[in-house]
Amino acid sequence: MVKINGENIDAAGKNLAEYLSETQYDPKRIAIERNGDILPKALYCETILADGDEIEIVSFVGGG
Amino acid sequence: MIPSKEEMTAALKARQGAEVQERFSAATVAVCGLGGLGSNIAVSLARAGIGKLILIDFDRVDVTNLHRQQYKACQTGEYKTEALTENLREIAPYVELEAHTVRVTESSAPELLQEADIICEAFDNAECKAMLVNTVLEKMPQKYLVAASGMAGFGSPNSIKTRRIAPRFYLCGDGVSDVGDGIGLVSSRVMLCAAHQAHTVLRILTNKLDT
Repeated sequence: MVKINGENIDAAGKNLAEYLSETQYDPKRIAIERNGDILPKALYCETILADGDEIEIVSFVGGG
Repeated sequence: MIPSKEEMTAALKARQGAEVQERFSAATVAVCGLGGLGSNIAVSLARAGIGKLILIDFDRVDVTNLHRQQYKACQTGEYKTEALTENLREIAPYVELEAHTVRVTESSAPELLQEADIICEAFDNAECKAMLVNTVLEKMPQKYLVAASGMAGFGSPNSIKTRRIAPRFYLCGDGVSDVGDGIGLVSSRVMLCAAHQAHTVLRILTNKLDT
């Protein structure tokens, strides 16, 4: 199980880009922390989600 | 009558504490975007006696900005950097100001923000927000970052929160109220979010980091 924004999700083995493509997240509007570190956008495709990973996806909306 | 620097510093020390005031006056804070969030953040921080503000925006004051941004009607058409510099000079004449009338990009950010201890993300466009947050966290991990997402509309003021996402990354807002959904921007709610950001900056500087 991978903890994504506090929820346990059966996503181990997928790469992050694959996981994102199955969600509503717009990759241009997010920042991702993996186990406490920022994950550079360039690494989304090659980052394989592993059991026990803690992922925080911050999604931005417009307005300011 | 404009009070002297010594008088203003003494008044700030009396209100906020001498040790805190020294930390504020030693700090440099960058405000990226000088709209509803950024202009209000900058006014709060200038009033609190932050030593130096770096103000960044490429845009000019528009009539549609006047209900929520810290500009005067007579400043419509001026660059926001110039108009806000003028207003802050009147409010807090001894704060050091550095203004850049440019767009912040992935490549320009590191140099523009080099001197800042704390960076406030105060853009209105969601993609620009994500770009700046990713750039700062990737390329400048030693900086503190205070960003905002979700403050549009007439929703409850109590849904605006500050979350600590990472040790040096704070996010203010309700996370969901998107101006793209046609709900508009309401002065009081945008100012609430800006106040969260400004207050988080001050809490970082006073080492009150538990949120």
